Formats: sequence, C-alpha cells, structure tokens
Amino acid sequence: MTNSVVVTGLGVAAPNGLGTHDFWAATRSGKSGIARVTRFDASSYPAQLAGEVPGFVAEDLLPSRLLPQTDRMTRLALVATDWALADAGVTPEDLDAFDMGVVTASSSGGFEFGQGELQKLWRQGSRYVSAYQSFAWFYAVNSGQISIRNGMKGPSGVIVSDQAGGLDAVAQARRQIRRGTQLIVSGAIDASVCPWGWVAQLTSGRLSTSHEPSRAYLPFDADAAGHVAGEGGAILIMESADAARARGAKIYGEISGYGATIDAKPGSGREPGLRKAVELALAEAGAEPGDVDVVFADAAAVPELDRIEAEAITAVFGPRGVPVTAPKTMTGRLYSGSAPLDLAAALLAMEEGLIPPTVNVELSSEYDLDLVGSQPRAAEVRTALVLARGHGGFNSAVVVRAVD
Amino acid sequence: MEREKTDVATKEFTLHDLKRILLAGAGAEEGVDLDGDILDVPFKALGYESLALLETGSLIEREYDISLDDDALTDADTPRALIAVVNTHLTVPA
Repeated sequence: MTNSVVVTGLGVAAPNGLGTHDFWAATRSGKSGIARVTRFDASSYPAQLAGEVPGFVAEDLLPSRLLPQTDRMTRLALVATDWALADAGVTPEDLDAFDMGVVTASSSGGFEFGQGELQKLWRQGSRYVSAYQSFAWFYAVNSGQISIRNGMKGPSGVIVSDQAGGLDAVAQARRQIRRGTQLIVSGAIDASVCPWGWVAQLTSGRLSTSHEPSRAYLPFDADAAGHVAGEGGAILIMESADAARARGAKIYGEISGYGATIDAKPGSGREPGLRKAVELALAEAGAEPGDVDVVFADAAAVPELDRIEAEAITAVFGPRGVPVTAPKTMTGRLYSGSAPLDLAAALLAMEEGLIPPTVNVELSSEYDLDLVGSQPRAAEVRTALVLARGHGGFNSAVVVRAVD
Repeated sequence: MEREKTDVATKEFTLHDLKRILLAGAGAEEGVDLDGDILDVPFKALGYESLALLETGSLIEREYDISLDDDALTDADTPRALIAVVNTHLTVPA
C-alpha cells in the first residue's frame, strides 16, 4: 500500500483547442487562441482581447435537461468531465457512489448566467428570474453538477483562491484520496467572458489593453503590461496509485508534492511567499531542484509580479538553472482553469518528451531565466513544477512526476 | 411583461402547452419520451425534481397571468394533476 496519488484521465477545454488532442496539437506547435472578444461587444471596454474556447456546442454534448440550469462554465466542465472519465476508462455506475468525489476550483462562478438573471430582474421583475439562479451562478456549481450527473457522493467541495485555486483543488483532492476515497474528479474550468465578468476582471488593473493578439500578453518581456483573460481549463481524474494499478489504468503521472503560502501584507518588507511554496512542494516530493526538468510559470505579465516569480525561480534553481515555459501565452490566463491546464500540459510533455513553447515573448534582460521560446524544446520530462498565484497573495506549487 | 400574456378567455391549458413549457424551462431527461402517454406518470419519473417544477410553475404563471400557490404545485405530482390545477385558475372569472 503506497500513499501515492496519480492522474489517470484528462478532459481539456482550452482557447487554443477543445479536447486534449486539439489542445496539445495547438500547444506543441505554438498556436494561440487569443483574439478579439466575440461573445459580446467589447468595443466600449479597455480590454478587447480574450482566449475563447472554440467550437463548443453544448446542445450536441449535453442533455437538454441540463441546459436551462447551467452557465457556460458548467457546461464546459460537465463535458470535460465526461471526456476525462472516458480517458481514464472509468464508468461511474460501476463504482460505489461514496468512493467517488468532486473537488474543483472556481474563481468567479457562473457570471454569464447571473448577468442574464439580474438583467431580467431589473427589466421585467422578480417573476422573470429563473429558479435555477439559486445555484447556477455560485462557486460550487461545477462540483455539484459533476457530482449529480455522475452519481458521485463521496467527499466533495470547491476551492476559491483565484488562479492558485486550480492547484489547491488538486491538493485537496489528493488529501481526500489519501483519506480513503478511491477516485476524485478535480481541476477547474472558469468562463466569464461576458460584460459582468469583464468589468469584474478589469477592476484588478491587470488586464492588458493592447488590441494586438501577439503583443497583448507578454510575461517576462520588457513590454509586459498585464494579461489577456481567457476561459476554459482542465478536469483531472485522480486516483490512488494502488487503485489505478489494480484496474490496469493508464497513469499520466503522480501528484508528488504541493506547497502553498500567503504573501505578507504589502509594505511589510517581507519576502513574497512564492519561493517558499516551491521549496515546500519540492520537499514534499522528495525532489532536489536538479531533479526538475521544467517549470510551468504563473506568468502574470505584470512587471512586479514577473520579477517576483523570476527571482523565486532563480533563487531555487540558480540562474538559468531550469527550463521555464508559459504555454498560457497561447490561451490567456484562465483564472482557476489555468493551473489544471498547465498540469495537463506538463503530463502531456512527459508523455511526448517535449516542452511546449512560450509564444511572442522576448525575455527581458532583467531576468536570468532559461525561458523556452517560440519553438518547443525536445527534452525528457520526468519531473515538472507548476506554479500558480491568486490575486490577494495566494501562492501554490505542485510537483508532478512520471511513474514507471 | 404584457406581450407574453395569453388570451385566457379563449384558451384551455392542455398537455401540449405543458410539454412546451416543460421543454422551455427544464428541458427533457435523456430516455424520457414526452410525446408518450405521460398524463399519469409522476413528474419525478419524468426527470423533473422540485426545482424544475418551481421553474415550470413560474413560466406558467407568467404566460397565463395567474398565480399558483406553492402547495398546489407540490401536490400536483403528475401532468394530469398540474393541468387540472392550472385550468381551475383559468376558469375563475376575472
């Protein structure tokens, strides 16, 4: 009996590809999904670019019973879960309902659904607000709907810590598996490319106002000026290694280390917590910095945050000590969906022996990073580190490792 | 608000109307044929739980400009019962 927790299934909905195959084909070749917003008229807003998931027709993929009660993010999450379970070779009906749980992250909830109901409330009155507004907008809705659709009654919940939540959910899923639950559906999908979501995101002051898709999101570049927001993410099927092996499942990799910290109050003069999160994750994984084959950066593209991240990586791995990549330059930042998508990319990088590129970025001379540029890099990837930071000082790091 | 109101004086609430409103407000469960003989099939067996019925009741109230009390909705557990309740309201003189 080991304590090991592994990933056995992936379901991806990304701006540069719907489905794991399309996402990876685009990502390995540097194809971006960032373009002008099409889901609403963004011409009056400062930020006008987004990473939108292409070609998703919920009506073709979900029963009509679910459509009136779901936001776009929940529809994407339900379909990604179907794909992830199929990828893992898991048929939920074959397992005990209490041996399966759902732990996802969320950063905004179903904003588009909520916006529609608030507009009805304002224009037509309370009788016109859908009964489904009672849950369709809220943070835990993806976990709830995945749980109901698949009959999963084990430990479940939602983690809300902005972009870091995508890793925090995976860590919570791992805890629940170690406590004895056989399988947890984890990861995250966010999607709030709608006027209400857009205005909320603009308040961070971190959205790029560039109108040029190839110049709008440039982490670690001297021209970094904020990020492009996107929608989507990835759903992961997590199981104990013993259970996965017992059923002969394909194993993508092990979630072998996790660390999370909170930054001190601004102005305290204390070092930001990202480096400590990395060290905690490596220590728990029993990994030395030299074991890590690639770092998937948080890549905020806000100069101060880029500097903090570059310094943390350099402090742990040494100057140009480890390849660093940010495939999210092709998707935009997906809030809670970003880090699970990076985990998926890390696992696919292991499978293929290829580190995906960071597009459009010219590395600033200020940073001593071995940034993987616009071309993918062939490399044996056995251990990868994924970083994610959430607004408000959340820092999380996860180490994933290949399993023999 | 007014444009969705139906002329109640000449209209009876039928199974056809109920199916249309169920589909609009709650969709249809996989494997359930609403075109079959469903008049006496409990809503639960058709895949509609209390929230779906709340939404359905709300859509009926708006379209027919009537007010259904919560008990009437929860007690009407089949299409036949719900249709009867709605028609009771429609025949009450204004």
